[in-house]
Amino acid sequence: MKDVLKGKVWKFGDDISTDLITPGRYFHLRSDLNELAKHTLEDADPDFIKKISGGDFVVGGRNFGLGSSREHAPTVIKISGISAVLAKSFARIFYRNAINVGLPVIICDTDQIDTGDELIVSLTEGKIQNVTKKKEMDFPPLPKIMADILNEGGLVNYIKKNGEYKI
Amino acid sequence: MLGHTLAEKILSEKSGQEAKAGTITVVDVDWILMQDGTGPLAVKQIEKLGIVKAARPDHTIIFLDHASPSPRKELSNDHKLLRDFSQKTGCLISEIGKGVSHQIMAEKYINPGEVLVGADSHTCTGGALAVFATGMGSTDIGMAIVSGKTWFRVPESFKIISKGKKLPKGVYAKDIILYLIGLIGADGATYKALEFTGDFFKELPVEDRLTISNMTVEAGAKAGLFPSDRHTRAFLEKYGRKEKYQEIHADKDAIYEKEVQIDIEGLKPVISRPHTVDNTVFIDELKPVTRVDQVFIGTCTNGRIEDLRIVARIFKGKKIDKRVRCLITPASVDVFQKAAEEGLIEIFIRSGATVLPPGCGACVGVHQGILADGEVCLATQNRNFKGRMGNPDSHIYLASPATAAYSALTGKISDVREIL
Repeated sequence: MKDVLKGKVWKFGDDISTDLITPGRYFHLRSDLNELAKHTLEDADPDFIKKISGGDFVVGGRNFGLGSSREHAPTVIKISGISAVLAKSFARIFYRNAINVGLPVIICDTDQIDTGDELIVSLTEGKIQNVTKKKEMDFPPLPKIMADILNEGGLVNYIKKNGEYKI
Repeated sequence: MLGHTLAEKILSEKSGQEAKAGTITVVDVDWILMQDGTGPLAVKQIEKLGIVKAARPDHTIIFLDHASPSPRKELSNDHKLLRDFSQKTGCLISEIGKGVSHQIMAEKYINPGEVLVGADSHTCTGGALAVFATGMGSTDIGMAIVSGKTWFRVPESFKIISKGKKLPKGVYAKDIILYLIGLIGADGATYKALEFTGDFFKELPVEDRLTISNMTVEAGAKAGLFPSDRHTRAFLEKYGRKEKYQEIHADKDAIYEKEVQIDIEGLKPVISRPHTVDNTVFIDELKPVTRVDQVFIGTCTNGRIEDLRIVARIFKGKKIDKRVRCLITPASVDVFQKAAEEGLIEIFIRSGATVLPPGCGACVGVHQGILADGEVCLATQNRNFKGRMGNPDSHIYLASPATAAYSALTGKISDVREIL
């Protein structure tokens, strides 16, 4: 897992549901993740996929990822090239799924972050540098088991390596 | 020593050590479920380990309920993949038309004190039977299938206390949970367990508890738990497994993060407006008049026989408004059969409703009732997110089966208390 992430911000509001990230009408594409990823966040911003560049950040408000347990939601965000999701808070299942598929999720005050801001995020140091706004922010570390899973790039790799959960 | 919440009690028992809120624990899971939307990815994750096996195949159930029967070849292929996995591993499969996972888990499998994890967010429905039941993603579930274990951060609990003993006319369990979500918000209980207690909840049948536990995830909760009691015992007896009953409840001196009181006798029918579940209002405050194009009755929230009986009482001898399409999807084949035996299906057909096969039906936006641009649906399901029913340019309102049924007759979202 890369430690220092750099990219541009795409800002969303509160309550971005997994239905907005991976709409139910593309249910039939769930076994074709690359195709499904072409519709990432389509119902929140129809042009999202056209606008982003590899390494960019998705930034939300409160309760990011609420709703369905579909792991396809964090998976397509990752496939689309987004390096991390930052939000004031995450829905529980999305948060755990993101770590399990190796997508960093960061809890921080996102009110001061806007679309177009350039960020540098250090995962191990827990620091966000907003280059555009010349501001720095800290974020809390993950619980150990989640940090270990993320460091392996996801839960499958973690289980391959450890054989079981180490707490 | 401090007392335990219900969540702490079950997780302590299952992990073999004291599981206090905030600690991380590894537990043996009793039951695992996955469905046709999440199962194929779980299988592919399992295959990455280079093995295809299940630790407890007879306690792992694959439900073909979301696209049931399949409307597209891609989903037919997903179903085939899951059937093949079931063949190879011995995991149980619940075929198309048998019903929604959460209803069938309650009817056939889960028992008080057990742990259920499922690749479906509404797995929390099982909390109605004092089961620590929670939703996860495909990879977590895949790894649980292989190892028989998962890890949890033991949740803090909120104590949800009913005040009063009797619901007013026209108000049901659905209205209680919609009201609670409106009160605490769609993220009001994120990562927490909700534990229901008080005179009213103690006398609530399990069927109604299932409606309440089902929607606790809509407040962000990890679990929505009722202690087991004589109602739980009666439910298990009805489904032929009374020997599985055990009493389990929180200690009197359990520590709760928060207490929330609900004045049961002061409630009215509740409507949740687009596009978040916590956007609730009492029916008499809903403005302006809201015409409906589709009414959808069913799902793991409100597709039980008790719900269909309420609908049939309202429909009997009446016709659905000719501008309304009314879809009824029983939650399980057991419910469907009872509804047929009791004459409810005939009432639905005579009133002009369309009865669909047991399953998730129109709730998931895959088939069986996708809305047109600008249309309004009043549904008894648990979610009204933008695009939920297959079209981001449509509007979903949520309500109880009684409100939904009466509104189907009038063609607009209506107050069922007018006819009770």
